[in-house]
Amino acid sequence: MDEAIVAENLTKRFGELVAVNHVSFKVKKGEFFGFLGPNGAGKTTTIRMLTGIIKPDEGTASVMGYDVRREIVKARQVMGIVPEMANVYVDLSVWQNLMFMGELYGVPKDYRCKNAEKLLHELNLYDKRDVKAKRLSKGMRQRLLLCMALLNDPEILFLDEPTVGLDIQSAHIIRGMLRDLNENGVTIFLTTHNMEEANQLCDRIAIINHGRIAAVDTPEKLRGIMRELQCVEVSFDKPVDINTLSNLSYVNEAKRVGKIFRLYTDSPFDLVEEIVDFAKRNHLRFTWLQVLAPKLEDVFLKITEGKREEDEK
Amino acid sequence: MYPKNTIVDQFRRAFAICKKDMRIYYFKGPVIIFGLLFPLFLFLAFSIGRELPLDFLIPGMLGMVVFFTSTSVVPVIAPWETRMRTLERLISAPVTVTTIIWGDVLASAIFGLFISTIPVVVGILAGVSFVSLPIMLLGILISSFCFSSLGALLSSPPSDTPATVMMLSSLVKFPLVFISGVFVPLESMPLWGRIIAYLSPLTYFVDLARFSMRGVSQISLALDVTILLIFTVLFFCTAVKMHERSLSQRI
Repeated sequence: MDEAIVAENLTKRFGELVAVNHVSFKVKKGEFFGFLGPNGAGKTTTIRMLTGIIKPDEGTASVMGYDVRREIVKARQVMGIVPEMANVYVDLSVWQNLMFMGELYGVPKDYRCKNAEKLLHELNLYDKRDVKAKRLSKGMRQRLLLCMALLNDPEILFLDEPTVGLDIQSAHIIRGMLRDLNENGVTIFLTTHNMEEANQLCDRIAIINHGRIAAVDTPEKLRGIMRELQCVEVSFDKPVDINTLSNLSYVNEAKRVGKIFRLYTDSPFDLVEEIVDFAKRNHLRFTWLQVLAPKLEDVFLKITEGKREEDEK
Repeated sequence: MYPKNTIVDQFRRAFAICKKDMRIYYFKGPVIIFGLLFPLFLFLAFSIGRELPLDFLIPGMLGMVVFFTSTSVVPVIAPWETRMRTLERLISAPVTVTTIIWGDVLASAIFGLFISTIPVVVGILAGVSFVSLPIMLLGILISSFCFSSLGALLSSPPSDTPATVMMLSSLVKFPLVFISGVFVPLESMPLWGRIIAYLSPLTYFVDLARFSMRGVSQISLALDVTILLIFTVLFFCTAVKMHERSLSQRI
């Protein structure tokens, strides 16, 4: 069996709200799989169903061949989990937190001590091992959560927004660690709303919004969509014909939004230079100039529009 | 290399949860002092000025010590862990809800046993005589688990506010103390009072404790032990079911 995760029609409702709506996807063993979506898209609910923390209302899921409804304890034994909102035990020391987690996973004492020391070194926490977790920064606590998730040498690692709100150093250490783990064969399921993070780390990315998956694709395809959505917003002190702007060499498409022109381009910084030349030539002064990176919502809309067009054909 | 997740494995993991609870919630000066002083003051408030024999009063006081210590901390663990956001990490581990509740109950029972043994030892040193010390110790042992399971049941509403759960548990705990023959002996109660008293698990411990000091009991010893065991299983199983239901609302 090649699949690490098989999700079929997973659905979860909270009252009237359908948080996850018939979501299906597969993750191969050894794959780095990203689950990308804006806040409230259904990422955390999906990961909680996959890790057996909440039960799906419909659908099935298996992790490493274990049904998450019927064999969740066995499934969790091979998982490492870094939940988004979770905290470490602040009244225990770093070392006590690790030992407790090792005991919960049934890791033999000698191995758990050896592995804990190794992980603390790798995640730059060894000097803090006797410090109570309440004295750690958010980044250190997140690194400790990652240590706790890795103590049982998991075959698959679930991470729910592991780098949100972290300092640059902690985020860098965590991303580096995830790359190394994946190179060593650990399957990784990462939820994030950071497109750049997903692009850098993942082999494949699922894009989810309003509880539905819009697409499962490679980062290259996603980058292509993102390039299409890059734009420069500009407005001038005098009226300008939109067709003149459309004819600029770096403009793919021009739209007017109120008094502002939105110029879509593959090369935003070249376009800015071209617009500056254009303004000089025509004695125009800027009242607005901004380079816009695409938002996740825009990428999602672009994908769903594309799918709709394909379906209509 | 992964363990097989047998019942023995789950017992070991429950013991790890028990150790964690001990470190975080029980090994604190104020908790230990409160565990001893609160029942003592409550007992003094009701016994001073009433000329009752010592071998009647001490079992009542012991009943309150076991009851209040075993139900003091365990109800706040679940709401506290919900609030501190440690619960999701805990339930993400390969443990069942039964294992988690068993770990919590075990810690609470050990705390109840430890605190309750103090007045017994002080009593022995002060020359108080026991007709049957083993019966007293057996009663303390079973009751600690019984009342701890009741505490786990009281913590099942999906709240993240320890004060709410404490208020709810006080609403249950205080009436139970007053109906259990701690302050008024069973034999002096009217029939309706005795019927109500039989609904409280504390009644059976107080009866066992009085037998261990006076050599007479109102209920048979075998019945006391059996009913305490039935209450323990009932409270524990209900607590597990209720926590399984409320868990998804906590996170």
